[in-house]
Amino acid sequence: MEGPANTVNYFVAGYAVIFVVLAFYLGTLIVRWRNLKQDEAMLAELEKKEAQE
Amino acid sequence: MNAKPKLLTVLDVVAAVMFVTAVSLVFFYAPLERVMGWVQKVFYFHVASAWVGMLAFAVAALFGILYLVKKDVKYDRIEFAAIEVGIVFALLTIVTGSIWARPIWNAWWTWDPRLTTATIMELVYFAYLMLRSGIEEPERRARFGAVYAIIGFLSVPLTFFSIRLFRTIHPVVIGSNDPGAEGAFDMTPRMLQTFMFSLLTFSVGFVTLLWHRVRLGALSDRVEELKLKLQS
Repeated sequence: MEGPANTVNYFVAGYAVIFVVLAFYLGTLIVRWRNLKQDEAMLAELEKKEAQE
Repeated sequence: MNAKPKLLTVLDVVAAVMFVTAVSLVFFYAPLERVMGWVQKVFYFHVASAWVGMLAFAVAALFGILYLVKKDVKYDRIEFAAIEVGIVFALLTIVTGSIWARPIWNAWWTWDPRLTTATIMELVYFAYLMLRSGIEEPERRARFGAVYAIIGFLSVPLTFFSIRLFRTIHPVVIGSNDPGAEGAFDMTPRMLQTFMFSLLTFSVGFVTLLWHRVRLGALSDRVEELKLKLQS
């Protein structure tokens, strides 16, 4: 009797896509958070300076 | 901006541990399917992604309704966050489905009702992002977004039930013993355990990602507020 079809390459491709897409999305969340935090700090600083003037 | 809640940190760890466990179950515990071989294992995360995508769009519709009723911006943030996360998982579903289809159907893509409705669903929510980015006024953007999230949700049941309503080659996973189902899909106990654990893992992952994305939305609003304050 024949064994299962040799589809291991498609299995690897499927899980590679899952890992890459999820890692990419997590990365975008981290980068966006970091950029917004920098903006927030800069704007808060500007606001403080304006209040002093 | 408030510090990261402890519960979110706990959720991060739980989601990561569950994800590693789910991957291990798929790779080492779930048996090899007799005909399709290794590629059948894509099924566990393919269906889990589809579940999370549809759940996310349902959450978005629910919070869209809540926004229209209560006019509270936090509901708009949750709705927007849910749609963004849902788009990621719906995309994963389509791509992994295509990879699975290639050796089994001998085609990367076919205009089967399930594949077509899933693609329409994804495009409907991409259009939501475009709609939002095209409206400057926050209150108007939130209102239009809420209405769109509710109407756009019609594409979700259409996608879910497409394999029962139309003739299709896509297998039915939930309720495959239903005589109306075109393709049966039986699982061994180990397959079922891996499948259920994958569903649970992706659900926990969804809650975690959603929470992070909502916090990001709140921070973005705060920055926007500071900008407007300085400009005025």
